[in-house]
Amino acid sequence: MTTPTRTHVTGGIGTSVRRPDGVPKVTGNFAYASDLHSKDMLWGATLRSPHAHARLISLDTGPALAMTGVRAVLTQDDVPGLPLFGQEEQDQPVLCDGVARYWGEPVAIVAADDEETAQRAAASIIAEWEPLAPLDDPEKAADDGSLFRELKIRRGDKEAAGTVVVEGVYETASQDQAPLGTEAGFAIPDGSGGLDLYVTSQWVHVDHRQIIACLDMEPDQIRCHPAGIGGAFGAREDISLHIHVAMLSLATGRPVKMEYDRSESFVGHVKRHPSKMWYRHEADADGNLVKVTARLLLDGGAYAHTSRAVLANAAFFTVGPYRCDNVVVDAQVVKTNNPPCGAMRGFGAVQACFGYESQMDRLAEELGVDPLDLRRQNAMRGGDPLATSGQVIDAPLPTVEVIDALEAIPLPEPLASDDPRLLPGGTGLTTPASKVVRGVGYAVGLKNVAFSEGFDDYAEARVVLTRAGVEVHTAAMEVGQGLVTVCQQIARTVLGIENVAVVWDDTSHIGSAGSTSASRQTQMTGGAVHAASVGLRDRILADFGGDELRNDGVYRAGERIATIDEICAEGPVEHLVRFRHPETHPPDENGQGDVHAGFVVAAHRAVVDVDPELGLVRVVRVDTAQDVGKALNPQAITGQLEGGIMQGVGLAVMEELVVDHGVIRNPTFTDYLIPTFLDAPAVETRIIEAPDPWGPFGAKGIGESPTISSTPAVVAAIRAATGKALTRAPVRPQDIVGI
Amino acid sequence: MEFVAAHDLDEALAAKAEQPDAELLAGGTDLMVEVNLVHHRPKQVVSLRRIGELREVSSTRIGAGVTWSRLERGDHRGLAEAARTVGSPQIRAAGTIGGNVGTASPAGDGLPWIAAADAAIEVRSKARGTRVVPWRDFFVGVKRTSLERDEIITAVVVPDDIPEAQEFAKVGARNAMVISTVSCLVMRGDDGFRIALGSVAPTPIRATAAEGMLNAEAKITEAALDEVARVVSEEVRPITDHRSTEAYRRHAAGVLARRLVERSLR
Ligand SMILES: Cc1cc2nc3c(=O)[nH]c(=O)nc-3n(C[C@H](O)[C@H](O)[C@H](O)COP(=O)(O)OP(=O)(O)OC[C@H]3O[C@@H](n4cnc5c(N)ncnc54)[C@H](O)[C@@H]3O)c2cc1C
Repeated sequence: MTTPTRTHVTGGIGTSVRRPDGVPKVTGNFAYASDLHSKDMLWGATLRSPHAHARLISLDTGPALAMTGVRAVLTQDDVPGLPLFGQEEQDQPVLCDGVARYWGEPVAIVAADDEETAQRAAASIIAEWEPLAPLDDPEKAADDGSLFRELKIRRGDKEAAGTVVVEGVYETASQDQAPLGTEAGFAIPDGSGGLDLYVTSQWVHVDHRQIIACLDMEPDQIRCHPAGIGGAFGAREDISLHIHVAMLSLATGRPVKMEYDRSESFVGHVKRHPSKMWYRHEADADGNLVKVTARLLLDGGAYAHTSRAVLANAAFFTVGPYRCDNVVVDAQVVKTNNPPCGAMRGFGAVQACFGYESQMDRLAEELGVDPLDLRRQNAMRGGDPLATSGQVIDAPLPTVEVIDALEAIPLPEPLASDDPRLLPGGTGLTTPASKVVRGVGYAVGLKNVAFSEGFDDYAEARVVLTRAGVEVHTAAMEVGQGLVTVCQQIARTVLGIENVAVVWDDTSHIGSAGSTSASRQTQMTGGAVHAASVGLRDRILADFGGDELRNDGVYRAGERIATIDEICAEGPVEHLVRFRHPETHPPDENGQGDVHAGFVVAAHRAVVDVDPELGLVRVVRVDTAQDVGKALNPQAITGQLEGGIMQGVGLAVMEELVVDHGVIRNPTFTDYLIPTFLDAPAVETRIIEAPDPWGPFGAKGIGESPTISSTPAVVAAIRAATGKALTRAPVRPQDIVGI
Repeated sequence: MEFVAAHDLDEALAAKAEQPDAELLAGGTDLMVEVNLVHHRPKQVVSLRRIGELREVSSTRIGAGVTWSRLERGDHRGLAEAARTVGSPQIRAAGTIGGNVGTASPAGDGLPWIAAADAAIEVRSKARGTRVVPWRDFFVGVKRTSLERDEIITAVVVPDDIPEAQEFAKVGARNAMVISTVSCLVMRGDDGFRIALGSVAPTPIRATAAEGMLNAEAKITEAALDEVARVVSEEVRPITDHRSTEAYRRHAAGVLARRLVERSLR
C-alpha cells in the first residue's frame, strides 16, 4: 500500500493512542451486554441436560407454567423455523430434540418476571431421561468413524527417509476461553412482529443468518446489534443463547434478557479441542528435516461448530514454520458426547505447535545441536513452500529474525530471593529457594490470518464525512482487542482528519465484517476502512481539485480551497467498501493448494523455576519476538502479546477442563484455574515489522500468535529444568513428580 | 428469605433457638458461594457480623468472627502463615475462622493448625449453654461437624502451652488464590513434634504414626526425615478427584511434612 502517512494528523497509525472505550471500561461506565435492561423486561433461563447422552422420554413443563410470574416455557416444538443451527453445518437442535448429546445441552427455556423465578421455573420442569452410554473416548470415536472431518496431506516422496528419527505422542487438554464477561443477550420486540437483538458475538451477521432461519423470519425483521463484550477468545463465534432469547421475546411480546452465570457459561459455549498427536520427525545427519509423519486427533464434542476449520488449521500447521519436502498427515476431528468444541485463540495451531515444537527439541537433542540453531537451519522464509500444503509463501516471513530478536533479549538473573511470591508454590510456603531448579525453553509458532480454504472472506466498512467529523461504520465486533482504535487510526491517517468516531451498525444497515477471529479484523476491517477512506479522500480531492485533505478542509499546494462544511454542503459524503483478501482455494485430495491468505510467525522463550520434588512451577518470564507486519498501535500490540502469553501459560501449567464421562468436573473459577497476578510472568516483547502485501499499511493480524508458541516454550522450559519428557499440556504437579 | 442482623450473641442464639434451620452468616465467603452456585435458598439467615464478642482474640481464645486478615498479622505463626494463603485480600477481609470451622471442608486452611494445636471448638446454644468440643470430636466427616442445629460456634479455644515453633505449607495447583491439594502444619515443642494435615482425609488429621516415630528419635537425622516423609505418605487417606490424585497427595503430604519438620528445626 503506497498511501503516504500524513504527519500533521495526530492519533494516526504507528502511535499508541488511547482507546476511546478505555476509561469507561476501567471506571465501570461501559455498558456491557449484561448491563442492558428495560423496565418491563422479562428474564430468561435454561433447563439443561444432566446427562452427556440420554433419551428424553418425557418433558412436563406444567410445574413451571403453573408458577406465578412465569410468562413462557418453550421447547423444541416451539421453534418456529429450522430446528437446527450451526455456523458451518446445521446440526445442533435449538432445544433438545429427544436425545441429549452432551452434558448441559439446552432442553427448555423459560421467561419470567424476574431472574430468580425464571431459574426456579426452569428447575421445576420435570424431564424423564433414559441415560445412554456416552461416546467419550475420541480414539474409539475415530475407530467407529464418528467424524466431523478427516483431512489427509500427502506431499513429496512417501519413501523418503532420514537417518535421525524422533517419535513422540503428545496431548493437549481442553481449554476454556474464560472471558470475564459471560454470555448475555437482550431482545426487544419492535411492535411489528420483529426484534432488535443485542448479543455478545464475534460475528453478528453469521449469528443473524442462523437466527432468522430458526425463527423463520425475513432478514430485515431481526436486527442483530453488537452489544458490549467483555472478552471472547473464540467463545462467541458460535451461537449460545441468541435464538433462545429471541424465541422468548417473540413468544411473550416483551423484552427479554438472558445472562449466563459462570457455571452456565462453562457449559454454554464451545471450547478448545483437546488433542492427541502422534509425530515422527526424520532428519538427515546435518539436521535438515527430511520427512514429517503425523496423525492428529481432535475431539470436537457433540456438534460440529467450527471443528472442520479447526482441523484444517491443525493439519496445515503440523510441521510449523519449517521447510520439509516430504509430509504425511492424517488428521481427524471426531464427534463424541463430550462438550462441544469450536474456536479458541490459536484455532488448531495451538495443538499442532505443542506437537511440532516438542519434536524439534527432541530432534535437536538427538542431533546434539542447539535447539535454536536447528530451528534457524530449517526455518521457512518468504518464497518457501509451506511444508504441508505446498503453498508458496508470497510475502516476507521473518522466522529467523524473530528467533534472533528473541535470543538477543537478556536472560534474567538467577533466583536470589526467598520471597515466597517469587518461588514455586507462592505464599503456600512449600518451597525453599534451595529446592528450585531453573529451566529455559523456546518455541516458534506459525499461524494463518483470516479465513482459508476458499471461503469467501470479506469485510464491509462505510466511511462517512459529516460536518461534525468522520464516522466509520462497521459491524466488526470490538471484543476488547482494540479494533476501535485501529479503525480510527487508519481513517485519520488516510483522511488527514483527526475527529473519527466508530459507529457500530446493526445487520440491516451494513454488510458483514466477518468474524472477529482468525487474527483477521485489523487486516480485514482495517483493510476495508483503509480502502473506504482512500476512496472517500480521492473522490473529495477530485471533486475539488485538491491535493490534500486536512482537519479543516481540502488543500491545494498548501492553500485551503474548501472547508469541511463546503465539502458537506449537500450532506455527508461517504464511501462504502467490501474488502476481500487474496483468493484462497480448498485443498486438493492430497491436501495441496493455496489454502491460506497470509501468515504470521512468533517466537517465545520461557524461563521457569521448578520444585521438581513437589512438581510445582513458577513461570519467571516469557519473552517474545513477533512479526506484526506494521505496528499500527504499538501499545495495543504489547497488550495482545502479553495477554496471549497469559493464556498460553495457562494451558502450559494449569488450565484444563476436567471431563469425566462427558461431564465437566470443574465448571467454576474455584476449580478451573487461570493464572493470577502472582502466576503471571514478566514479559518483554520485540516487534518485528515485515510488511504484509495486503494488510493496511502492511499490518498483520497479531491476536493469536502470542498464545500459540508460548505454551510449548513453557513446557520446554519445565523439561529443561526436570529432565522429564512431559508430553501433555497442561503439565500437572504429578506429571513432574512422575506419579 | 428472612434476614436477622443480630447485635449480640444472645439475640443470635435466640434466633437460632427459634429457627434451628436458619443459616448463620459470618463473612459469607462460603455461604454465598453456595447460594449462587447450587441455588441454595435458606429460609432464614442470621448474620453474626455485628457481634463484637465473636471478634475478640486472646492467646488462648480466637473468636469465631475473627477474619483471616487479622489472623494473618496475629501471634500464632502457623495460623498466620495459613491465613496468608486463604483466597485473596478481599476474601481474607471477609472470611472468618468460625466460617472455616463451620464449613469444615477437608481443604479448610485453618483446620490443620487447630488439629496441631489440639484446640477445641467452643459452641453455645440458648437451651444448653456452652460446651467445648475437642477438635477430633467436632470434625466428623467431609463438611460434617457435631454442631447441633441450635448452636453457634463462638470460639476456637487454644491450649496455653502450644509450641511457638509452627510451620505451615500448602500445595495448590497455582501460586495464589487456590484451594489446597495438600496442606500441612508442623509444631515443634518440648514434648516433640506435632504434624497435622489437610485435604488428605475427610477431616483434618494428625499424622500420629509419623509423630510417634519422630518423637522416639534422639536426633533428627536425614534418615529420620526420610522416614517421616514415608510414614506420613502411608498414613494419610487421600482420594483422587478433579483436583489431584491420591498418589500425588500421598507424595506431597510426605514431602511437606519432611520440609516443615526441617524448617521448624532452623
Ligand atoms: C474466592 C474464594 C477463595 C477462597 N479461598 C480459600 C482458601 O484458600 N482456603 C480456605 O480455607 N478457604 C477458602 N475459601 C473459603 C472461605 O473463604 C473460608 O472457608 C472462610 O473461612 C469462610 O468464612 P466465612 O466467615 O466467610 O463463612 P460463611 O460463608 O459466613 O459461613 C460458612 C459456613 O459456616 C457457618 N458458620 C459461619 N459462622 C458460624 C458460627 N459462628 N457458628 C456456626 N456456624 C457458622 C455458616 O452457616 C456456613 O455454613 C475461599 C472462598 C472464596 C469465595
